[in-house]
Amino acid sequence: MSAVPDISGHFGPYGGRFVPEALIAALDELTAAHESAKHDPVFTAELDRLLSTYAGRPTPLTDARRLSEHAGGARILLKREDLAHTGSHKINNVLGQALLTKRMGKQRVIAETGAGQHGVATATACALFGFECTVYMGEEDTRRQALNVARMRLLGAEVIPVRTGTRTLKDATNEAFRDWVANVETTHYAIGSVVGPHPFPMMVRDFQRIIGVEARQQTLDLVGRLPDAVVACVGGGSNAMGLFHAFIPDESVALVGCEAGGDGVETGRHAAPLTAGTPGVLHGARSYLMQDEDGQTQDTTSISAGLDYPGVGPEHAFLRDSGRATYSGISDAWAMQALEMLAKREGILCAIESAHALAGACDWGRAQVAAGRDPRDLVIVVNVSGRGDKDVDTAARWFNLVSAEEIAEAELVRAHEGEQP
Amino acid sequence: MSARLDELFARCRSENRAALIGYLPVGFPSYDVSVAAMLAMVEAGVDAIEVGIPYTDPGMDGPVIQVAVDAALRGGSRVAHAFGAVQAVSPHVPTVFMSYWNPIEKYGPKRFAADLRAAGGQGAITPDLIPEEAGSWLEAAAAEDLDPIFVVAPSSTDARLAGVGNVSRGFVYAASTMGVTGTRAQVGDRAEELVTRTRAQTDLPVCVGLGVSNGDQAAVVGRYADGIIVGSALVRALQDDGVDGVRRLTEDLAAGVRRR
Ligand SMILES: Cc1ncc(COP(=O)(O)O)c(C=O)c1O
Repeated sequence: MSAVPDISGHFGPYGGRFVPEALIAALDELTAAHESAKHDPVFTAELDRLLSTYAGRPTPLTDARRLSEHAGGARILLKREDLAHTGSHKINNVLGQALLTKRMGKQRVIAETGAGQHGVATATACALFGFECTVYMGEEDTRRQALNVARMRLLGAEVIPVRTGTRTLKDATNEAFRDWVANVETTHYAIGSVVGPHPFPMMVRDFQRIIGVEARQQTLDLVGRLPDAVVACVGGGSNAMGLFHAFIPDESVALVGCEAGGDGVETGRHAAPLTAGTPGVLHGARSYLMQDEDGQTQDTTSISAGLDYPGVGPEHAFLRDSGRATYSGISDAWAMQALEMLAKREGILCAIESAHALAGACDWGRAQVAAGRDPRDLVIVVNVSGRGDKDVDTAARWFNLVSAEEIAEAELVRAHEGEQP
Repeated sequence: MSARLDELFARCRSENRAALIGYLPVGFPSYDVSVAAMLAMVEAGVDAIEVGIPYTDPGMDGPVIQVAVDAALRGGSRVAHAFGAVQAVSPHVPTVFMSYWNPIEKYGPKRFAADLRAAGGQGAITPDLIPEEAGSWLEAAAAEDLDPIFVVAPSSTDARLAGVGNVSRGFVYAASTMGVTGTRAQVGDRAEELVTRTRAQTDLPVCVGLGVSNGDQAAVVGRYADGIIVGSALVRALQDDGVDGVRRLTEDLAAGVRRR
């Protein structure tokens, strides 16, 4: 069914392998391992077992009745990846890659992380499988997602703050690639999204597509038909590809991706490459990215560490150009409003990343109604990619939920923690 | 107009020594000083120069070069400036670019090749471009008679070595170790094996890079390679001791490749 990628990992003009020659042997090995595992009933049974008994799948589909009025009256169904073990969809991918690591006979896993959710998921799988684990995280992100740094260390992982470049996910990814080049014979690099050189965009999608497979059946069971739209936030694009993929052949279903609009896409301070970027090569693949006229990667702005990334997975670039999926930027302010709305109306504290999807779903529903559709006929599935514990600190500041003295005190504690190894 | 790369390697071979190739990024610590340092390398006996185009995400580079290109970019170094640097050094020694792929793709491979040729450049090393993805670059380079130079690594299979040999011109860049650029106490012992394996697949000269940092190492590697490539050590010399530091290190390296 899936025509892309081709055998060399291209989604039309996107994807491919733009990496040092030194990594090609490992990428070939990984491609072969994934290909053979896919058709190995022992492997797939083991992955299914882990997903159900360890990660808690299937995750529920929650009918969020009280959100309808914010979406022009459309019915909103929440795909609850926040209820998966470790608190986000990232575990789906990591369990698959951990099994592949074992299959390849490697003992060490490295990862990059932005919000820390992929790092936590990787540290978790490494604890479970007994692998050595190193996670690279931009120094800026270790600060805004301090809770996740502590979680990773508790799980036995080494967390290395990255101090080069913009000190965020982009630079953590560079550092992880450098580690991998030097240690590729013993180490697997578990990339956390549908980005990077082939086979990562395809492989991570394959491990995440369970989200959409479940959501599709759950929607059919609940409302007796397919949804009108499925909506997800897009950082690197893994939760979105995971949700979208099973729906691609269903042409009546709109695929809606929500990028980080930061201060507003029109300000230039955002992280929305599909909305406002141009095609280019970053981190091993051709896709849309935020770059200047010299091809230098531009700085990004987003309140959400997990979306604060100048690139995006190549399959999204392909879906964008073909028109099969549409993408837009959701501002920090709108995302935070959606986060509060979900918390107060449904009692669900979601990740700031996921709040972008909810905001985008509201926009989509209202636009359909404005265009003359009957809201009672509209069903929208929103991917709640993760839970919001890690973001309580950011939200507390945003909504002024704590006093200046309390913030100062918390900062002192954190500065002290920062001195620990 | 300087000699062509193939003429350079023929000459070095007749002198029974390896060629010395030096790398510096444009704009570190400033445009003028980076070009002055390249010209100092020429005076001190370098055989060819790799003009580095600074890039925000240098995945093949270790800390020394990362810090230097970061500073160059913050100082306003632009891709257009790199052609100026080529123009300044290419009359003296064969000059090639060292550039990650995205700045070339963004510039437009055809225009990039034409401007490089016009500046007197002879080719480009592209550390994150593999032959399979290089179609547009190979075409553009061929149209301007430029040498596309690709990298091989200890992990490359013989089939891949042959593939790289088929599309490369000028020389093949052999990465001495599995890793990124940076000075090392010893050049990996896999380097010699890689040179031997590469020679079995191609008649092109094979130059060894990654980790060579002084005359003694240059002498050792120069015994089995057609050329040695020095980057981080020169950048560090420039950072610590300025243009004179680059000159002294280049003299040491140039003596190294001539040592028997
Ligand atoms: C909860 C959550 N959602 C979304 C993302 C963005 O990643 P992706 O676009 O790959 O799903 C992250 C990344 O850290 C995340 O933690």
